[in-house]
Amino acid sequence: MTRKQKRLSWIGVMGVVLTVAVGLVLYALSSKISFSLDPSEMLAKKIAPGERIRLFGLVKEGSLIRGDGLAVKFQLTDTANTVQVAFNNILPDLFREGQGIITEGALDEKGVFVADTVLAKHDENYMPKEVAQSLKEKGLWVEKEK
Amino acid sequence: MITELGHYALVLALALTLIQSVAPVWGARINDERLMASASYTSPMIFFLLFLSFSALTTAYVTSDFSLVNVWQNSHSLMPTIYKISGTWGNHEGSMLLWVLILALFAALVALFGGNLPPSLKANVLGVQAWILLSFLLFILLTSNPFERLDQVPFEGRDLNPILQDVGLAIHPPMLYLGYVGFSITFAFAVAALIEGRIDAAWARWVRPWALLAWCFLTAGISMGSYWAYYELGWGGWWFWDPVENSSFMPWLSGTALLHSALVMEKRSALKIWTVLLAILTFSLSLLGTFLVRSGVLTSVHTFASDPERGVFILMILVLFIGGSLALFALRAGRLHAGGIFAPISREGALVFNNLILSTATATVLVGTLYPLVLEAITGNKISVGAPFFNLTFGPMMIPLLIAVPFGPLLAWKRGDLYAASQRLFAVFGASLLVMVIAFAFLSDGFSLAPIGIGIAAWLMMGSMAELYLRSGYPKTGFKVAMNRLSGLPRTVWGTAMAHFGLGMSVLGIVFVTAYETENVSILKVGETTELSGYTLRLDELGPRAGPNYTEDIARVTVLVDGKVVDELVPTKRIYTARQMPTSESAISTFGFSQLYLALGEVKDKDTVVLRIWWKPLITLIWFGTVVMVFGGAFSLSDRRLRVGAPKPSVRRAKAINA
Repeated sequence: MTRKQKRLSWIGVMGVVLTVAVGLVLYALSSKISFSLDPSEMLAKKIAPGERIRLFGLVKEGSLIRGDGLAVKFQLTDTANTVQVAFNNILPDLFREGQGIITEGALDEKGVFVADTVLAKHDENYMPKEVAQSLKEKGLWVEKEK
Repeated sequence: MITELGHYALVLALALTLIQSVAPVWGARINDERLMASASYTSPMIFFLLFLSFSALTTAYVTSDFSLVNVWQNSHSLMPTIYKISGTWGNHEGSMLLWVLILALFAALVALFGGNLPPSLKANVLGVQAWILLSFLLFILLTSNPFERLDQVPFEGRDLNPILQDVGLAIHPPMLYLGYVGFSITFAFAVAALIEGRIDAAWARWVRPWALLAWCFLTAGISMGSYWAYYELGWGGWWFWDPVENSSFMPWLSGTALLHSALVMEKRSALKIWTVLLAILTFSLSLLGTFLVRSGVLTSVHTFASDPERGVFILMILVLFIGGSLALFALRAGRLHAGGIFAPISREGALVFNNLILSTATATVLVGTLYPLVLEAITGNKISVGAPFFNLTFGPMMIPLLIAVPFGPLLAWKRGDLYAASQRLFAVFGASLLVMVIAFAFLSDGFSLAPIGIGIAAWLMMGSMAELYLRSGYPKTGFKVAMNRLSGLPRTVWGTAMAHFGLGMSVLGIVFVTAYETENVSILKVGETTELSGYTLRLDELGPRAGPNYTEDIARVTVLVDGKVVDELVPTKRIYTARQMPTSESAISTFGFSQLYLALGEVKDKDTVVLRIWWKPLITLIWFGTVVMVFGGAFSLSDRRLRVGAPKPSVRRAKAINA
């Protein structure tokens, strides 16, 4: 092989690897990521039933209903708007009414958000960053002085 | 008193660091030997001072001195002593102190063992180390001082975050930091080489062992962290593609690339410029990781202590070092001569392929980690990039690399013969194919790609042993000769084979647990049973129990196979008194390499509880694989050709030792 051929073959291999990588990344970015929204944003964006999103907000006080077995229903609120959430698994240790949480799932036809994951951070003071921020923007929550 | 001494030692270390960041570098410039040599004395002193400082903080933790803000916030007098000690670095301030302590340790090691380095290179390396140290010492003293006092001494501490009260946490951060910070040495060497404008033999001989050492620690640290998250967080997952995990995984990926490119540089003095760039990038990714974790820009399960104001400071350090070193690289890299020439199909070629894939994969992980941050900053849209993204991008990219691994060691340097290598691997290929077919036949009722993954893992494990087998010459040579040959092989050859074998083990574990894991969530009354993958679980007892600084609800569960009792598990749900914080303590039963994992859900009433049970086939292979990788790395490190700064083997000395 001449020097030129060697160089060309390297450039070829690199080109293939990089093209595949860029292609995969672009495809994954278009299909495998989901929006992170609060209830008002979700309603404003008119998210279609079945589209996976992350929905975050506060668990509305007094809204938690335990059904048969593991099924639970609760309302997630950003105080302006409220969404009914259904979940059928073990809730995290720190799940409480009034607590800020993140859920993942999709809306069903009736407008109930069916979550397959509920996250509450392992810290009693924790408010998910998104929740804190959007509440602050609405002037409903002021950060405690340190 | 001890606290004030610790604080004072920290300030004194800063002053010495200031000297060390100027004197030796200036000395190297004007060729003054005494100035250059000064770093060899200041480095160990700085380490000693920081050690004093760290010990002072540890003492404050052990004696529960709540007059310190840091101790008050993160400790409790009733906590077991081991967690009081590990609490020292279980918080932001303490962990940054540990970070600089380790940084100083590595600089001191260079100073003490670098006797045969060219004086100007050594001076520059230690000078660069001092720059890094200086910026982080300033960071600690200005924004996160662990020795801050409270005016009124509280009676009791606020307790360490309960999920950090664990043996895993006692070991995980120091290991991880040894890895992160270990790459500062290769970074310092790279920058020093750029300052000097040349790279000589000593440079190459030094960089590889340091990269290998840092890599071993980082591998162990990540693996420990993964196991800790697995059993402590109670979600049964071993890797979440969480931004904080990614920020330790990126330096690991590029560090692995560095390890392999340094090999080419050492043996063939090719790829110099690339190796220097990788050394810079690897440490830059470590710094980026520190920034992401410590600045609070990320929402993550792992950020326990973060504060946005500090972020700006670390961001400045980040910009300064990454920007500075890359600018220097752009200016000076042209002066470094490209070395040996090689054909695309050769050992070098295989290592370049490894580097190409690993660095592309690093870039992919970087994109996935930073994209949400960038998008939110620009458009305000919040998105989440999670496991689906990484599984789709990172996964497929690894496959060609994993397939290529066994070929690498079988190709000759400079110009290899792919056909001959394939011929030698033919038996391995056949055996892997057989494994794949068997997997299809017996396991294929689940996830259909899994048998291919199992085949690749088998290919990796057997293929990495192929070099050892071929070199032994067995069976042609007979057993005794073969054994002799094997024991006579360089340790680096053994190390490579072990590390690649370990990788195969991890891949096997990952494939198995991803494809064949089973899960069962049941509501059980005392006395009731449930089944999962051939195991019967019977709830025997529910009740409260008190621990030193927590109270808990326990469930006693008996595990039966065919009616015989094989184990008893006690998952619990704890409430830590000081923080009123609930946690789940999972219970795990190990059968061979597989595990039965139990987590307690909600206790419904006096005798009913929700239990979540997973069957995790071959899961421990994931971590055992990394242990084998680390052993491989360590074994390779003990090769005398690699011994840190080892002079050329001297025949006379070898004889003297034998005599």
